[in-house]
Amino acid sequence: MRYWFPYPLLSLALLILWLLINQSLSPGQIVLGTMLGIAFAWAMVNLQPDKTRLKNYGRIAVLAWHVTVDVVRSNIAVMGVILRAGKRPVNSGFVAIDISLRDENALALLACILTATPGTAWLEFDRQTGVLLIHVLDVENGPAWSELIRSRYEAPLKEIFE
Amino acid sequence: MSHLTDLPTWAAIPVCVLLLLGSAITLIGSMGLIRLKTFYGRLHAPTLGASAGTILICIASMITFAVLQNRWILHEILIIVFVILTTPVTLMLLGQSALYRDRIEGRNDVPRKTTGEPPDTSGMDI
Repeated sequence: MRYWFPYPLLSLALLILWLLINQSLSPGQIVLGTMLGIAFAWAMVNLQPDKTRLKNYGRIAVLAWHVTVDVVRSNIAVMGVILRAGKRPVNSGFVAIDISLRDENALALLACILTATPGTAWLEFDRQTGVLLIHVLDVENGPAWSELIRSRYEAPLKEIFE
Repeated sequence: MSHLTDLPTWAAIPVCVLLLLGSAITLIGSMGLIRLKTFYGRLHAPTLGASAGTILICIASMITFAVLQNRWILHEILIIVFVILTTPVTLMLLGQSALYRDRIEGRNDVPRKTTGEPPDTSGMDI
């Protein structure tokens, strides 16, 4: 089974993508999408990505909700900073965070979350020391920021991926 | 434009609100490029347009064409997903190259690399 379907989730995602692009649920498109999904999963085997198993699907929903709330909140916060930038100097700075996340897919997801949230930008991750450097637009207190990211994003990602 | 007049009022109002909100947020994000003074600060501004701006405008588009054609339109979800998945690549590339340049130039306001070799500047024409 694993041999024929090396990446079942990827195949399923590709099938949904195909159906969305074609805007149809006709049997022909479903068959074509399934075939494409399986074929691309085989192509993926040759790229040899790190295999990760998703655990704890409940945590995924909680994390997605937290991210949505944070994106909305930080959008409003960053708009405020930009509109007030003329009167008040922007207090931005770098924050270095020790994170113990090593799984590549989890790190990629963390990068997506931090970038999709305006106000934080992922700059550098040092694989040897595990230090992640981010730039924060409105940094009030550095330690609180690293604590926030560690508890709000890193801990659930660790539970999901590792 | 002609078919847009077929849009009923109950749909036109939320579509207008979403469109105006989305484009206003994108505009503020673009203004941020001028108003924020450092390179790293400017990295943050376009993400406004990439996250909230894209999502709101895409939802407005979904509502419009779903009402006009009387069926579910889900193309725009793909736009949202792909924009959110691909912006980090560009932003990280820009951020890392700025960090690399600033470290070589020896700016003091940039954090040093914690361990490892300092970047090799010999043979580099900068």
